[in-house]
Amino acid sequence: MFKITSEVITGEEVRDAVETPDAGAVVLFFGTVRNNTGGRATKYLEYEAYPPMAEKKMSEISEEIAEKWGIDRVAMIHRVGKLEIGEVSVAVAVASPHRKDGFKACEYAMNRLKQIVPIWKREVWADGEAEWVKPDAVFFEQPEKGE
Amino acid sequence: MKVTVKYFAVCHEMLDRSEEVMELPEGATVRTILKRLEEEWPEIAEFYEVMQMSVNWEYATEDTELTEDDEVALIPPVTGGTDV
Repeated sequence: MFKITSEVITGEEVRDAVETPDAGAVVLFFGTVRNNTGGRATKYLEYEAYPPMAEKKMSEISEEIAEKWGIDRVAMIHRVGKLEIGEVSVAVAVASPHRKDGFKACEYAMNRLKQIVPIWKREVWADGEAEWVKPDAVFFEQPEKGE
Repeated sequence: MKVTVKYFAVCHEMLDRSEEVMELPEGATVRTILKRLEEEWPEIAEFYEVMQMSVNWEYATEDTELTEDDEVALIPPVTGGTDV
């Protein structure tokens, strides 16, 4: 399952998607909205995605994982829209015969997701400013749109 | 030929639209679209280095040739997931 959603992510959806009797481990990762970035207080985050391409790229990541570790049970879901502090923005589940490869594959999935999956994060700061985040710096500074 | 061009995140905000249909000459490439956008938003050129383009949900280059009904997108640096 590779999916962009505007619904709350519980983890059940990815957990269920990778369920298989030959698994000895299910690694489940949640990315959550932190209350600060580099010490600056965050009010909330907004995520935007290009859904068909994002889901295609997630699927490609799972193919890479199948090649590297022989694991074919990977599920990824990423939420879009406004997310409050503490909410889950992304969930990844990997089922594998043994835990070691499962941990590696799960981390790999997240790293690749951040590289090639077209999803963007807009940080709205507690002080009212907002900006689209880019990997190592701020892409553009813009005033917050009226709430 | 007609192609659909999609804009996300900062591109969406700067151009004030999320997509449009462009009429392009035969033989047009992704570069043809970028040049056209530069006329409206000159600063966009500064970001071409960090921005990627896609054609039909696959990353493309400026030289990628376009055909009728292609779906092109401007892809600013992606920042999904978390910073952990």
